[in-house]
Amino acid sequence: MNIEIVEKILEKHRKQGDGLISILEEIQSRFTYLPEEALRMVASERNIPLVNVYGVATFYRAFSLKPRGKHLICGCLGTACHVRGGPVIVEELEKNLGVKRGETTPDKEFTLETVACLGACALGPVVVADGKYFPKVRKTKVKNILEQVRKGFEDSSVEQDYHIFPVEVSCPNCNHSLMNPNHIIDHYPSIRFIASFDQKHGWIELSSMYGSYKVFTEHEIPSDTIVHFFCTHCHAELTGSSPCPACNAPMASMIVRGGGIIQICSRQGCRSHMLDLG
Amino acid sequence: MINLIINGLDVHVPEGSTVLEAARFLGFPIPTLCYLESLSPYGACRLCVVEIGEGARAKLVSSCTYPATEGLKVRTSSERVVKARRMVIELLLATCPQSKTIQDLASAHNVRRQRFRQEHEDCILCGLCTRMCEEQMMAKAIGFRGRGESRSIGTPFDIESEVCRRCGGCMYVCPACQLRCTFTNPEKAICGGCANLAPPCVEKDQFKDLMCYMDPCVACEIKKD
Repeated sequence: MNIEIVEKILEKHRKQGDGLISILEEIQSRFTYLPEEALRMVASERNIPLVNVYGVATFYRAFSLKPRGKHLICGCLGTACHVRGGPVIVEELEKNLGVKRGETTPDKEFTLETVACLGACALGPVVVADGKYFPKVRKTKVKNILEQVRKGFEDSSVEQDYHIFPVEVSCPNCNHSLMNPNHIIDHYPSIRFIASFDQKHGWIELSSMYGSYKVFTEHEIPSDTIVHFFCTHCHAELTGSSPCPACNAPMASMIVRGGGIIQICSRQGCRSHMLDLG
Repeated sequence: MINLIINGLDVHVPEGSTVLEAARFLGFPIPTLCYLESLSPYGACRLCVVEIGEGARAKLVSSCTYPATEGLKVRTSSERVVKARRMVIELLLATCPQSKTIQDLASAHNVRRQRFRQEHEDCILCGLCTRMCEEQMMAKAIGFRGRGESRSIGTPFDIESEVCRRCGGCMYVCPACQLRCTFTNPEKAICGGCANLAPPCVEKDQFKDLMCYMDPCVACEIKKD
């Protein structure tokens, strides 16, 4: 364990005034687990008794005190997934990885876990690998999933998730649709705004696929720049209700057809977004 | 003063009392296990259940955590309460049959058998020791870990805690490990039994703010000689 990394994380959260769980989450994402030394550092830095930090760390399933593999495979065994064959899928995963549930492969590549419900019952049985949801998994698909995980998801395309629907959005000010059927991204009409930054104005087009981060712009936007989004019809700025939870930049909001609001962070490179289906 | 009715009797208790305090003050017996006057109420053991309200809206609440409110109607030993209490005792017996405290409770409430799968745990998770450690000893050396089935009490990482002064307060209040000797097994985090006592108390000087609940303390008696 690298003490400096933990110190850096603590320093960052001290500024933001965050609570214990977000600190532990970040430590876990850096080390794949919570090292004992890190928990002691958190306790003394935050002035929380170690026993409370330990209690929180052992309470939540998301935290692990043992080192975990590079890839986290999680099979859902909730009621809906169970009746749709979840246990068979988990057994198949166990067979393919050669470890029981809750264990890590000796080469530290995979950790297999089960979860009681992911809230995606319509897609059951669900397997989540490194944060990616695989819906309606069959026994025969398990090998394929593991291969994909081993390769990494960087080049796998969004279209595979045919259960994830594109969103149609409109301007919260004039209610005109922001969809642009002339430019297709991810097989669906893109979302078009006017973007303004550093005295430059130009169009920006985003994928309407929820979960895809494809963006096309007229001018190259440098990373970390805060962009102002304007409606292409009424030219009103799309301002959100609250700052970005990840980077504190302003959010841009749009109305989702069918009811609800989606907010995206206006900072180039920040992928934070909030979907609130009313 | 708050006016409430306990077992059909109009009574007045000071503001801020709990139902349990009110009932005990007035002499209505309510058995408890996880309640200790000097510690914050926790409501874990459910032995102190009483029935409040009337008719269809009557419900069982834990009296140690329920505040006495104006006009509250409390029954401390209705049929429903007694039934619930006996059930709680049966469940406690199923978890921890070797505890003298629980055996005494069962005997006092005429519980002669329990109908559940017999286990032999050494902890009923009443939280008395953690509260004692935190509130009276100002240590926070032990606490709850995990959840659900695997919930347990102990020190972080199951190693000796730096903040533990081995005062023995946790053992003193424990209803499960009380009067149970673990002989020469000092490694155990909570109840080190008598083996834990002698060395730390004899080397008392290193803990300037040492508070001891073991009275009379075996180790101190040894030291006197």
